[in-house]
Amino acid sequence: MTGRRVLVTGLSTFWGGRVAQSLERDPTIDVIVGLDTREPSMPLERTEFVRADQSYSILARIVKAAQIDTILHTFLVVDSTHMSGRALHEINVIGTMNLLAAAGAADSPVRHIVVKSSTLVYGSTYQDPAWFREETPRTHSPRTRVERSLIEVEGYLHDFAEDNPHVMVTLLRFSNVLGTDIVTPISKALELPLVPKILGYDPLVQFVEEDDVVRSIEFVMTNQVPGIYNVAGDGRVPWTEVAHICGKRTIAMPPILTGLAAAPLDRLLRVDLPEETLALLRYGRGADNRRLKRAGFQYRYTTAGAVESFAQASRLRSTVGESNPTYKYEAEVENFFRHSPAVVRNAE
Amino acid sequence: MAPQERQLKTASPGALVHLPRQTPPDEEALPDPRLSDVDEWGRSEHIRELARRLYDPLYRNWFRAEWEGLEKIPTSGGALIVANHAGAIPSDAPVIMHGIEQELGRPVYGMAEHLFKALPVVGTLWARTGGVAAHPENAHRLLREQQQLALVFPEGTKGTGKLYQDRYQLRRFGRGGFVEIAMRAGVPIVPIAVVGSEEAMPILWKVPRIAQMLGVPYAPITANMLVFGPLLGLVLPFPAKFRLTVLDPVHFDVPPDQDRYSKSRVMDAAEDIRVRLQATVYEMLQARKSVWFG
Repeated sequence: MTGRRVLVTGLSTFWGGRVAQSLERDPTIDVIVGLDTREPSMPLERTEFVRADQSYSILARIVKAAQIDTILHTFLVVDSTHMSGRALHEINVIGTMNLLAAAGAADSPVRHIVVKSSTLVYGSTYQDPAWFREETPRTHSPRTRVERSLIEVEGYLHDFAEDNPHVMVTLLRFSNVLGTDIVTPISKALELPLVPKILGYDPLVQFVEEDDVVRSIEFVMTNQVPGIYNVAGDGRVPWTEVAHICGKRTIAMPPILTGLAAAPLDRLLRVDLPEETLALLRYGRGADNRRLKRAGFQYRYTTAGAVESFAQASRLRSTVGESNPTYKYEAEVENFFRHSPAVVRNAE
Repeated sequence: MAPQERQLKTASPGALVHLPRQTPPDEEALPDPRLSDVDEWGRSEHIRELARRLYDPLYRNWFRAEWEGLEKIPTSGGALIVANHAGAIPSDAPVIMHGIEQELGRPVYGMAEHLFKALPVVGTLWARTGGVAAHPENAHRLLREQQQLALVFPEGTKGTGKLYQDRYQLRRFGRGGFVEIAMRAGVPIVPIAVVGSEEAMPILWKVPRIAQMLGVPYAPITANMLVFGPLLGLVLPFPAKFRLTVLDPVHFDVPPDQDRYSKSRVMDAAEDIRVRLQATVYEMLQARKSVWFG
């Protein structure tokens, strides 16, 4: 059997880049094609970058030309800050729709699709159960655009799976991510000298470490695991304890008109806490991670472990500054290393 | 907690069916740098301990709670405790939780209205002292997987929101959901009849318009408010004598983990428990010579 031929969407995003880097180390994968509107932001060795518009109009052609058998759809926006609702809708909903249309075309070689969704689809309200299993319905209809768009995406995926029984579909729902490199509204909040909390609330929150995110995507791909899975660290930790693990004290925001009180944080400190994050800081959320464990996946970090991993990286950053030199994609250079006959490949 | 959970995992055949790889036993060995003892339900044994120390004088000297049949509450394994519910701000929940934790030395998770979780400060304190939102998923995990004691009041706010003139008249036991929860979890139901809670904070009138404005189930004018004033009266119960009688546990010979249970069986069992509790409450009232001295 020849190796797999994988397409990664959102190659220039944090997740696309990290997943591609990780796939490059796997010798059983023959071809990695990465799609994005912008140039890759992380150094890659053998991934082929294809610039595409947001709606993936050339996707069907790429899939056929490269005989792609696996699509890793990492390009779903879950951080709604600094992006208009329209752009978010275009990327998440329209993008996924086009992607699935291409993958489901008559003679499509695609046999496995992995989609990186989020536990945002469960929402966060006071009527929630402590733990959401994959089947547990959410208790309120979604109020934020990002939640609505992700639910729509999952709906399309569900239809796709029904219409294309020969294609394996894996839907991963990730809880909030913390780790050494990723930047999210929550990681920014935790890097403030005083960590914002909502007065009178100390919800139990859950995190997954960024390495576990990449590993879980690889896991379901290599082991061909179909179905819906929560990906989240063990345990739930009170938000103030999260701040304490980071060595920070908290500052209370008023429980009413919280959005108004959080607005100056954005203006002054560039820490934008969107509605869904404020809901999380009020009611928390827990996702039951045991189905993925039963499928054989082993986490490396618990929730508190993920926080600790972030805290250590954050302390290092605050001492020595950004560790990674910024990478700049140069098309000619990348092409030279990948395709020039002058480069000795597979030197044995 | 953890060993019980693992035992269950291997005991249920469903968990073992399609395992591509067996999870190795060192799974628990992940470093977990926690700083507090707040568990996955938000309960903290430290804070609970502090609450017990503060509440103990009230329990012993104010309510002078006395138990009968405490030995019927299982000292290990899950059980669903149900009781009659009364008083504008009911004292029966803390008395039952405090009593069982003191006497049996095992935690009780009090399941109540989701509304608690929405309230600032109150919601957090409630969770830290062992309160859990009454969601069937929560109840199942507590009882089935973690084999804990959970306390529910099937009457809900219908019980606490009734007027003093209706005292000790048990309300409808919901839709029998508590029976279904116990059946699905494969645990017994332990009913407790409580006397004293009605007189601790009797409701004289209710103001529906204020309740509507505040978004709460009822807005009471209590006798305590007339005696102690509107603020202190909101939190301070009268020193009614508390008596609690534990009834024989009810076991169900149905297989656990089913999606549905016969509705008629569920309703019959719920009604049966309600009737027994009501009868026991009447017996206790017959024997009670004084509201204040028992």
